[in-house]
Amino acid sequence: MGLSRRDFFKVVPGGTAALLLGFDAAPVLAQAKELKIARTTETRSTCPYCSVSCGVIIHTLGDKAKNVTPQVVHVEGDPDHPINKGTLCPKGASLYQDILNERRLLKPQVRRPGSDHWEDISWDKAYSEIARHIKTTRDATFVETDANGKTVNRCEGIGFNGGCTDTNEFNYLVVKTMRSLGVCYLENQARV
Amino acid sequence: MSNGTMEIKAISGHRGGTPGGGVYDQSDGKTRSGTSRDYDVCKLVDTTTCIGCKACEVACLEWNGYDFRDTTFDNTYQTMPDTAWNFWNLIRFNEDTDADGNLQWLMRKDQCMHCADPGCLEACPADGAIVQYQNGIVDFNQEHCIGCQYCVTGCPFNIPKFNDQTKKVYKCTLCSDRVGAGLEPACIKACPTGCLHFGSKEDMLFEANKRVGQIKANTSYKDAGVYDPEGVGGTHVIYVLHDATNPERYGGLPRDPRIPFMVKMWKGPLKWLGGLGITLGAFAMFMHYVRYGPKRVEGEEEKKA
Repeated sequence: MGLSRRDFFKVVPGGTAALLLGFDAAPVLAQAKELKIARTTETRSTCPYCSVSCGVIIHTLGDKAKNVTPQVVHVEGDPDHPINKGTLCPKGASLYQDILNERRLLKPQVRRPGSDHWEDISWDKAYSEIARHIKTTRDATFVETDANGKTVNRCEGIGFNGGCTDTNEFNYLVVKTMRSLGVCYLENQARV
Repeated sequence: MSNGTMEIKAISGHRGGTPGGGVYDQSDGKTRSGTSRDYDVCKLVDTTTCIGCKACEVACLEWNGYDFRDTTFDNTYQTMPDTAWNFWNLIRFNEDTDADGNLQWLMRKDQCMHCADPGCLEACPADGAIVQYQNGIVDFNQEHCIGCQYCVTGCPFNIPKFNDQTKKVYKCTLCSDRVGAGLEPACIKACPTGCLHFGSKEDMLFEANKRVGQIKANTSYKDAGVYDPEGVGGTHVIYVLHDATNPERYGGLPRDPRIPFMVKMWKGPLKWLGGLGITLGAFAMFMHYVRYGPKRVEGEEEKKA
């Protein structure tokens, strides 16, 4: 068979091209985009914003192995939660950006009276200062009896605000502690 | 909503049947789609119960990984004047007056309608840039997009949006990645008032008509109705409107959307005529060659050159 070098080069690239063009790439298209939560670990949590306390699922990359720091990739409503049944409000739907945010507060800060800025403070110092303030304020504003001489034992100089992610147990302790101090202005967001 | 429903029904720029994704039936030798459950998915937007909280907008951005953008105040509560290439879901706050002359908001969730007869797909010349899945989702595949923006012309709802940086067109995917895995779209899941529903087209039409019956029986909105326009073969996003006789009141919802006439022409008759012209031209060239032979360079001209 008289196939010259020139003929060979005429035929082979064309044939290869025809084969490549004939290859059907369509089945690849049939796959939708990869689901970004397909391999994530789901952790149930509570939305920290309002007192409705919607249940959320936090999706993290990683299998919770000891040497891995998980990374949050997505947050959405928890369908099993009786309050919101998977739905969320616009603030709750943006929780992912609440977790991964450069402006997120990661350490205690204090703004001194008259100061125009926040300064960093250690946890130990924060605790001891809070305790000092509570003691001083309570001693200064404690009301043992009202105008009629009736014993009331009120501490009117202190108010307490809780958050909606506080658990029942935590709120129980909050109420116990604050009532023992005589605090009346007590709000732990457990009202709804 | 099995994976089977994510098989392709139609591809842009692709003549003839859809290759791949089919199952060969030995009994009659035909290729059928391998769907295990044959139904269309559908979003139902009940505009009468939307409170304009925009949870769907946020959920859409969050799921699709687009950043929140700066907004401008435009004397309205609406987030943006219009949807954008990276903002696919917009609640339109249409200020209207009710029967008593009071202010009334006609909220409408503006997004891709996922037409059964999509104008974008009809207009697209790039092979595989736009696909329609068996379940009705019309999805853009940016890897194959050539940035010609014909889909923008083809869409009667003004949905595809061009990105100047990437030179590609983007739009709502009806969360094809989520639906393919059996989940509902992100906007549907977030909606706290339950004005958004998701399910098969048949079920959603049933729910929509039930709701319209409720509205007509219990409120003064006697023109309430379902918006599922016939002109584009029905849509996979349907609305319940207070006033179905005037969809224009809902921020430019077309009364009878159709694929533009020019798109129909250039993808139909004009294309065939052009093809015929090219074929006839090539044939004429060949006949000219046979009849007169190749043009020879004369001696004098060769000297000049």
